[in-house]
Amino acid sequence: MTTTAPRKRLTTSAMIASFADPGQRTTSAPFGHALARLAQERPEIVGLSADLAKYTDMHVFREAHPDRFFQMGMAEQVMLGAAAGMAEVGLVPFASTYSVFATRRAYDFLCLDIAEPNLNVNVVGALPGLTTGYGPSHQATEDLAILRGCPNLTIVDPCDSVDIEQAVPALAAAPGPTYLRLLRGAVPTVLDEYDYRFELGKAAELRTGRDVVLISTGLMTMRALQAAARLEADHVDVAVLHVPTIKPLDTEAILRAARTDRLVVTLENHTVIGGLSESVASTLAYAGVGNRVVPIALPDEFLAAGALPTLHDRYGLSTDAIVARVRTELGNAAPAERGPWAADPAPATA
Amino acid sequence: MTSLSTLAAAGTVDQKERIERIRRAAYRIRRNALDMGEVQGQGYIGQALGVADVLAVVYADQLRFRPEDPHWPDRDRFLLSIGHYAIALYAALAEAGIIPVDELETYGSDDSRLPMSGMASYTPGMEISGGSLGHGLGVATGMALGLRHLGNPARVFNLLSDGELDEGSTWEAAMSCAHHGLDNVTAIVDVNALQADGPTAGVLRTEPVTEKWQAFGWHALRVDGNDIAALVAAFDELRRHRGTPSVLICDTRIGSGVPLLENREKAHFMRVEEQEWHLARTQLEEGLAR
Repeated sequence: MTTTAPRKRLTTSAMIASFADPGQRTTSAPFGHALARLAQERPEIVGLSADLAKYTDMHVFREAHPDRFFQMGMAEQVMLGAAAGMAEVGLVPFASTYSVFATRRAYDFLCLDIAEPNLNVNVVGALPGLTTGYGPSHQATEDLAILRGCPNLTIVDPCDSVDIEQAVPALAAAPGPTYLRLLRGAVPTVLDEYDYRFELGKAAELRTGRDVVLISTGLMTMRALQAAARLEADHVDVAVLHVPTIKPLDTEAILRAARTDRLVVTLENHTVIGGLSESVASTLAYAGVGNRVVPIALPDEFLAAGALPTLHDRYGLSTDAIVARVRTELGNAAPAERGPWAADPAPATA
Repeated sequence: MTSLSTLAAAGTVDQKERIERIRRAAYRIRRNALDMGEVQGQGYIGQALGVADVLAVVYADQLRFRPEDPHWPDRDRFLLSIGHYAIALYAALAEAGIIPVDELETYGSDDSRLPMSGMASYTPGMEISGGSLGHGLGVATGMALGLRHLGNPARVFNLLSDGELDEGSTWEAAMSCAHHGLDNVTAIVDVNALQADGPTAGVLRTEPVTEKWQAFGWHALRVDGNDIAALVAAFDELRRHRGTPSVLICDTRIGSGVPLLENREKAHFMRVEEQEWHLARTQLEEGLAR
């Protein structure tokens, strides 16, 4: 019997796996196409990559503008230093690699060569957060935590192809340095169904709702919208505030959304340390708003290798996991079930 | 080492005048550096005196710039990646007329445009903020790529130290310049054989320096960095070189030009006593008269 039963086919952890759901509408290489289009109007745009043009959608730009693409080899430090030098002489570089290499390996160069002189260099990091099953070497789970402390730097975490296409010209137009958390390959197309335009530094309310407000960034906005639709069927009314710019943060919109008696949940494709949830929490605390924030984020761990759907389920980023978490929170779960952040000792004055 | 036979090409008398002019500029750069060192009572005065002849040749003879317009787009760029050599570069920028000589006395003081470590946003003529070592050559790579892309014939110089050869990023940039055929880049390596923790040979061996650069695809010359005639001949040859980036490796003597400091025990951060500054200036003047 054991010999005749078909074996369950194991899912792949291949690097090129897309996080798009089966059958979901996608757009191919939106970053590369947007950059190539922009370069037609702006001759000062140049592209660099550190032996990852093909894997950061930069190859589209390279094919369209071969004389404006500079292959820097697997040398991220000189790529960012050189991008700074190009900006010093008046060019507007977009430099792409994986997020882990741009942030962990070459941070000193991003910080001192690019951010300190406030140059218009646009660093493009692929595989942000948990978007590869390749394990900790390639999963940039703490890139926002590393970069948020860097002065002058604008940080953008786009949701989908619409966000990316609109962000690229905005990043080039911004006078200072930027970091884009790149979604590459077949990128879901979601936000065209909403009355939405990407605006640098601005959050956007995609849905209104009376019971819950999901404050989300990056691809987690797509999941937030899916979760909101599912919860609607249960008569739970869920608002979604999309925060594509992590820095500077639209604190006004966040305070407007979170100064509420609704359940406040943050969603991010990043470790719970130093990303959106802590940004929102500190925004509320600094403004004297005492609301609890429920963080949906990656744990403070080096993550496993495996297939993305498996990992997103395991670490709580899948739509199923979000829906379950919101239901639990609304069900007034005991503090112990809420995780360590909810542990609230008696006030000192009590 | 490539032979330096070009000296004879220019008229001998003109060449003598040229070298004498640079020698006087080097004297003033050293005097400026001593004045600044006295303000703080200490500092990287040993390195400044050691590299003064190199800076004199660069600023008095080689570099294209407009003192009144430090952002002139067609200027040659001089990148100081060794931020702590700022004292030497300020001395040279004053000699070049880019900053006023009077301002040197503010060196390292609060609100001065002349901080201890060179920063681009503070000082006219300071192209980059150095200090975190191993950055200058990478930025030079991008400037040179960009200038060539824009059809701008300006050249890019980067002064680095032998200690900076410890940094892997220096070699990333070295490989990149050669790969892209950036003959508008000239690296200058100040080999004073001394690092923060002691002699370079004991901290992390960098020799053979010339062969390393050659292996990375650079046109490499090595000269006595305190011999102005040799420096001029070498820079002239590098200026004519095409097809690959060039590097001039300069063996310099810490404290050069002031015997009192030359003969002192070598230290990365040299202490000079209050009464010694006057003696140092006297010795420097005696050297000029010779």
